[in-house]
Amino acid sequence: MPKIKTLDDLKKIKESTMDLTGARSQGKTRIIIGMGTCGIAAGARAVMEAVMAELSRRGLKDVSVETTGCIGMCQDEPLLDVIHGGESRITYGKVGPDDVPRIIAEHVVNGRVVEDKVIGRTD
Amino acid sequence: MGLYRSHVLICGGTGCVSSGSLEVLEALKKGLAEKGMDKEILVVSTGCHGMCEMGPIVVVYPEGTFYCRVTAADVPELIEEHLYKGRVVERLIYKGEGKASDVPHYTEIPFYKKQHRIALRNCGYINPDSIDEYIARDGYAALVKALTEMTPEAVIEEVKTSGLRGRGGGGFPTGLKWSFCARSAGDKKYVICNADEGDPGAFMDRSLLEGDPHAVVEGMLLGAYAMGANEGYIYCRAEYPLAIKRLKRTIEQATEYGLLGEHILGTDFSFELHIKEGAGAFVCGEETALMASIEGRRGMPRPRPPFPANKGLWGKPSNINNVETWANVPSIIRNGGEWYAAMGTEKSKGTKVFALTGKVNHTGLVEVPMGTTIREIVFEIGGGILNGKKFKAVQIGGPSGGCLTKDHLDIPISYESLSQVGAIMGSGGLVVMDEDNCMVDVAKFFLEFTQAESCGKCPPCREGTKKMLDILTRICAGKGKPEDLEALEYLGTMIKETSLCGLGQTAPNPVLTTLRYFRDEYEAHINEKRCPAGACTELTRFIIDADKCIGCTKCARVCPADAITGAVKQPHVIDQDKCVKCGACAEACPVKAIDRR
Repeated sequence: MPKIKTLDDLKKIKESTMDLTGARSQGKTRIIIGMGTCGIAAGARAVMEAVMAELSRRGLKDVSVETTGCIGMCQDEPLLDVIHGGESRITYGKVGPDDVPRIIAEHVVNGRVVEDKVIGRTD
Repeated sequence: MGLYRSHVLICGGTGCVSSGSLEVLEALKKGLAEKGMDKEILVVSTGCHGMCEMGPIVVVYPEGTFYCRVTAADVPELIEEHLYKGRVVERLIYKGEGKASDVPHYTEIPFYKKQHRIALRNCGYINPDSIDEYIARDGYAALVKALTEMTPEAVIEEVKTSGLRGRGGGGFPTGLKWSFCARSAGDKKYVICNADEGDPGAFMDRSLLEGDPHAVVEGMLLGAYAMGANEGYIYCRAEYPLAIKRLKRTIEQATEYGLLGEHILGTDFSFELHIKEGAGAFVCGEETALMASIEGRRGMPRPRPPFPANKGLWGKPSNINNVETWANVPSIIRNGGEWYAAMGTEKSKGTKVFALTGKVNHTGLVEVPMGTTIREIVFEIGGGILNGKKFKAVQIGGPSGGCLTKDHLDIPISYESLSQVGAIMGSGGLVVMDEDNCMVDVAKFFLEFTQAESCGKCPPCREGTKKMLDILTRICAGKGKPEDLEALEYLGTMIKETSLCGLGQTAPNPVLTTLRYFRDEYEAHINEKRCPAGACTELTRFIIDADKCIGCTKCARVCPADAITGAVKQPHVIDQDKCVKCGACAEACPVKAIDRR
C-alpha cells in the first residue's frame, strides 16, 4: 500500500472511495426503477444492470439508484424515473437496456429530458 | 472496487452484536450471494447507531430506511421485498407513535432529529474497520492540514478557540491543558487516551472506539503534533475486547498508510501508538493511577502537583484526554475552532455524548449540543418513561454524579449548571428513574460501586465510604436511626473535602444529592419503617385484604415459602415472619386482594 505523503495522496484515496459512502448520502440525482412483478417480467433487472454499468463506466458517484414497487402502469414497464437535482420526477416508459446510456447522458449528466421516452411527470 | 447501487448497514456495536446482528450479517451476505446480488449491494458492518434498545439495527441506503429488531429469519423477506423489488418491509420499520404508514427517513426519527453528531458523526455510518471509508468522510484531512499548513502553536490556539473542555467529566479546557504540556521542557513527551470507562450504565467511549476508532487516533496525532510528543498510549479496559480489536486494526491500517510511524507525511513528525489493556479497576480512570498502571505498577493515584503536564508517564511531560475529547479534535481542526464554539452555551461549547439508560423508552447513545435540557433528552429523544410511569429522577454523571429531580428537567445542560445543583457532567452516564425506584436504594447502589472500587490508599475514601454504606444498608433494612441522616451528611462532606483523588471526592455525591432532594424518602425509611417506592424488600409487606379475598387458594399454592394459610373460600393470611417478599402471591391473585406496602 502506498504511503500518504501529501494532501493529493489523501484526495486520491478519497476520490477512489467516494462511492463507498456516496450511496449513503443520497445522490444529487436519483434514478428509480420499477421493480414490481410486472417490471421484473418486462426486464427491469436488465435495465437496472445497464444503469449500474453505465454509471460505473462514466464514474458517476453522486447518483443514487433505487428500486420501487408497482405503480399501476404495468403496460409501460420497465419504468425508470429520474429526479435531477430539485426538479420534477420524470417517468420514462418501456425502457430497454439500450435506452439507458442515452437517458444517463442526456438527463442525468446534462439535465435534458429525453422527450421521446417520457410518459409522465410528478411534482 | 465496483459501484454498488445500495448499501446495507448493519450495526456491529456491542449492543446489536449481543442481540444477534452477526447472524443477520451472515444471512444477508449468504442470501445476496445466492440471488446473485452481491455485486450490486454492499453489506457493511458499522459501529453503534445509538438506538441499542431497538437492535439489531439495519439501515438500507440510498433510501435511508431504518429497520429495527431484525433477525436472521427476516433476511429472506428483506432481500426479496426491499432489495430486489424495492418494497419496504413495513413490519420491520421503526414506528414512532404507531404510524406505520409513513416511513421515516433515518434522520427524521425523533430519537435522531434532536441530536447533533460531531464525535459520533461516523458511528453507524462507516465501516470502522476500513480506513478508506474514514478517509472518504474527510478522515485524516485535519492531520494533513495541521502538518502542512499549521504550526503546533496554531493547532493549540484552534483548540483553545473551540472552547472544548475535557469530556471525561472534569471539564478542564483542553487547549489550555495542551499548552501546559507543550511548554513543559523535555525531549520526550507522551499523549494518552483515557478509555478506562467503567461507570455503571456508561458506554459512550466504548461505542466511539468501536464505531469510529480512526477519529480517536487522528485526534491523538493532532495532539501529539501540537505538544511535541512522539509516543502515545490508549488505555482501554480489557472488558472491551471489540474496541481493542478494532483499535489494533486501526493502528495497523494507519501505519500502512504512513499516518503512524516515522516521518509522517514526509515531515519530521513521528508518532508511535500503543494499546495498554487495563484490568478493569475504576480508579485507573484517574489520570495518575492510570499512568501508574501503564508503568506496570499498582493503579493508585498520587497527589498532584506535580501535574502530568510536568511529570507524567515515566516522569516525562504527558497529556491525558478522554476518548470523546480526542474524537472531537479532528472536526475542530478541519472546520475551525469558531465553528465548534458556535454550538453550546457561553462556557460549555460544542456537544456532549450521553449514554441514556434506565426507565426510558429509547435507551442508547445520544449526542446533543450543550445547553439542551434534560427534559429534551429524556422525553423527546428518549421517548419518555417506560410503561407510561411517572418520571422521578435522573442520575447524571454516573456514580460520581448526582440525582436530579423533575424540578431540574429544564436546566440547560452545561458543566456549570450541573455542578450548581450538586451533580456533575461526568463522562456522560444518564440513568433515568421512575416512581418505582427507591432513592435510598439507588444511592446505596452507587455507593456500593464506589466503595468496592476505592483503591484504599487514603482513609477518607477507604473508611468513610464503608461507614456511609453501613448506614445506608441499615436504613434500607428498616433499622435506621434519626441521627443517621446527619451522620451521612457529615461523612459525605468530609470525604468530599479530604479524599486524595476524584473517586473519593465525588463518591458521596449520589447520597448527598438524594438527601437534598428526596429527604422525605429517607425519613419514611427511618421513622415509618416504610419504603415509599416499595423497592426495599426488607421494608415491604404483602397484606391480604380480607374483604376482597375470595379464598381461591391460588396465592397459597404459588407461595414458595408456605407463608400463606387459610381455608378454601375463606380469607387467607400471610405469615410475615415466613414471607420472603417475592411478590408471587400478588401476581397470582385474580381479584387483586394482595397489597404491597
